[in-house]
Amino acid sequence: MHKYIIKRLLYSLIIFFFVMLIIYVLLRCLPTSYLETVARQMSQRPGSKTYQEWLAQLEAQYGMDKGYLLGYLEWLKNFFTGNHGDSWFYTVPVIEKFHDTVWLSFVMGLIVLIFEIIIAIPLGIVAATKQYSFTDYTVTVVALAGISLPTFFFASLLKLVFSVKLGWFDLFGLVGRNYEQLSAWGQFLDKAHHLVLPIVTLVVLSIGSLMRYTRTNMLEVMNADYIRTARAKGLDEHTVIYKHAFRNTLIPLVTILGGSLPGLFSGALITETLYAIPGIGYTAYHAMVGGDIPFSMFYLAFIAILTLLGNLIADLLYAAVDPRVRLA
Amino acid sequence: MNDKKQNDLLDKNQKDQSELRDKQAAAAPEQSGQYALDDERRVKVLSPGAMVAKRFFRNRIAVVGLAILTAMFLFSFVGGILSPYDEAQLFYTQTLQKKEYAGAVKNDDMRFLAAEGQDFGSIIQAQVVLALTTNKDMVSYKGVDYYVTEEGKDFYSVALKDGTVIGIAYKDVVTSSVEGQKLDFEFVFNALKAYTNGEHRFQMSTVGAAYTIDEGGVVEAGGQEIAFISRYVINPIAPDIFLSRDFREELAIALEAGESSFVFKDADGVESEYFIEYKPDVKNWVVRQETYTRTYDRYASPSKEHWLGTDKNGMDMMTRLMYGGRVSLVIGFIVELIALVIGVILGGLAGYFGDWVDFLIMRIVDIFYCIPSTPIIIILGAAMDAMGVDPQIRMLYLMLILGFLGWPSMARLVRGQILGLREQEFMVATESSGLRVSRRIFKHLVPNVIPQLIVSCTMGIGGTILTEATLSFLGLGVKFPFASWGNIINDVNNTFVLQNYWFIWIPAGILILLTVLAFNLVGDGLRDAFDPKMKR
Repeated sequence: MHKYIIKRLLYSLIIFFFVMLIIYVLLRCLPTSYLETVARQMSQRPGSKTYQEWLAQLEAQYGMDKGYLLGYLEWLKNFFTGNHGDSWFYTVPVIEKFHDTVWLSFVMGLIVLIFEIIIAIPLGIVAATKQYSFTDYTVTVVALAGISLPTFFFASLLKLVFSVKLGWFDLFGLVGRNYEQLSAWGQFLDKAHHLVLPIVTLVVLSIGSLMRYTRTNMLEVMNADYIRTARAKGLDEHTVIYKHAFRNTLIPLVTILGGSLPGLFSGALITETLYAIPGIGYTAYHAMVGGDIPFSMFYLAFIAILTLLGNLIADLLYAAVDPRVRLA
Repeated sequence: MNDKKQNDLLDKNQKDQSELRDKQAAAAPEQSGQYALDDERRVKVLSPGAMVAKRFFRNRIAVVGLAILTAMFLFSFVGGILSPYDEAQLFYTQTLQKKEYAGAVKNDDMRFLAAEGQDFGSIIQAQVVLALTTNKDMVSYKGVDYYVTEEGKDFYSVALKDGTVIGIAYKDVVTSSVEGQKLDFEFVFNALKAYTNGEHRFQMSTVGAAYTIDEGGVVEAGGQEIAFISRYVINPIAPDIFLSRDFREELAIALEAGESSFVFKDADGVESEYFIEYKPDVKNWVVRQETYTRTYDRYASPSKEHWLGTDKNGMDMMTRLMYGGRVSLVIGFIVELIALVIGVILGGLAGYFGDWVDFLIMRIVDIFYCIPSTPIIIILGAAMDAMGVDPQIRMLYLMLILGFLGWPSMARLVRGQILGLREQEFMVATESSGLRVSRRIFKHLVPNVIPQLIVSCTMGIGGTILTEATLSFLGLGVKFPFASWGNIINDVNNTFVLQNYWFIWIPAGILILLTVLAFNLVGDGLRDAFDPKMKR
């Protein structure tokens, strides 16, 4: 087991190295980073140096004048020694901006995950136990509609109904106009109030896949021999479904949910941007569009690590939950 | 419930049929010999494809999906041809706009006019003003005395000692009614004298003509308009505007009465309303004419000409949606095709050869799996924005990027299937019959994976359309002048559009939702239909 984990970790490290190499070269190749923009602005000032001179100076200043490979190795060294540099776009240390924003995304992600589990799994089970019934069709269509719904369209609809027509929520932002005047409890409520629509959006869009996953796995289990045995024993349907079938369905469910835990930190890039919620996704979006290489590199590395970690956790959980699986 | 009943019915039907067939079969040998293989005796089997089709069409939801997809294709590809408009055809409309037309100022300063051949310099003028304010009737300058006589209200003449009038000072402005014609001093003098004294007629001794002046200050001679007297100085705001005398008169009356608007019919008989606004800071009036101006027909509500109205550029929304559908669907297909080709080749090689080839390709797949695709696409989109890539080339790049990021899952799928298939007997048969490796992989292995590939591609197209729409919505995907469903909705970022113009964004959103949903439903139905283990 330990050997397996160490092997997987080392393997993940190698993948991380290459993933970030590709991303680093890509970012460096693009002629549109923040430095170029700044250099262009500076060079247009009256009596200024030329664009090339400014660019050279800025690149030297930010350590971007080395070759791709050397630059990458240095970035890698800095990344692992915790020296993440300063964000060009936000003009604060990358790690500071990261700390300011990631927890909001995490809280949002956690709430969404809880709702997702509460809603999707029971519906998936119901759909599977009544296969081809009206309920099953409804659940299937609703789940697929949730998957097919464009985030921005759904968010706009919610905004139209709840912000414009009913006036219950603000269109954008995390805090209201009078946030500063509120008490601590009031500030908390204000933030919670502003998070309602983003969370609803994320929940509706994400329950579909979990619902279908639950249904598929439940169906598979329901066809198994031991379910027939349980029924043949004369157990009542409730016991068959919730004691025998559901517990076996839990194996893939726990695996996939465990694997998605690191993803809670990654933030919802599109949704946060749509609602202007200053989580890690929104922050990263603006950094990336603004050509902020240090922040983008950090964010992308962070996401890559979360993905690798998620895969690892899923595999380990699979072995932990299902005694039939042996890790080699 | 309904379903079950139908199933039972179906089963019963089949049973009846088979019973019938048995009876016929039993009867057959007596008629046509025991071993004849005619239609009656042949066992009816469906080809695998027909089986799949039969299973697929039994799934009502999948059929609905197929119907939606067909409708979408017709809408996008045929609709674009049938639509009377072009993708980027602009529409114009006439809107009422208040345009600045003329300026008016009330003349409160003395104006001066020198008599012909006389010297009436500015210093004397200043002296005259001074004399008037101090109620003197004589000014001296450089030893010459000038006598100021009040000829009428706000109208003074300046004369030398011998009675020669050298000039006049006045506040009511005399404008010639005939364009370009200058009024001579004598006429102005006589007209003003009559006007300021409230007289309605005057004679000019030199010419011998008789003139009349009406209340509004119009000077006529024999029914012909000569000039117009008013306290207001009225000028057109732009050089191409000619203000007729009638207009000036009308305006002067309106100004005198303190009205804020008046209607005036010009020489061509066009009636328009004019709005007068006083600007206290510069002490003048601005006159605005309300006229019809040709503008882009923006955000026009749905009508007979434009079934879904027009967008912010004045283009027909319905037509934009049709062309947008083309772009979205074509991008979906091409991206999936790129992913498919790369995925099948690499997955096929990995699955067939195993060993180090498999290891290498699968590690590349792992790496690509780990690359955060959404952020990368956003970064590339923003970069293309900044580099000003041509919209058409940009669309191509977008397809390449999305396709290139999509192949790993395809490769994984193909490889997984092939790993299981390559150990089977038919592969041993191909090997022993000495087929080429490429033929073995792509002719014998890959076709066995095709069902899974079709399912995966169908759902993948839906996903790609969604990704493209999201990117275009963020302004990083398909760009104007090309339409795509995503960039049509993009306008909803403008809160005013969100609140007021549902027809700008709701139809496009519904189209995306329906199309993606239909792809998913069809994919789902195909998966069930391809799976022989499925009961139905």
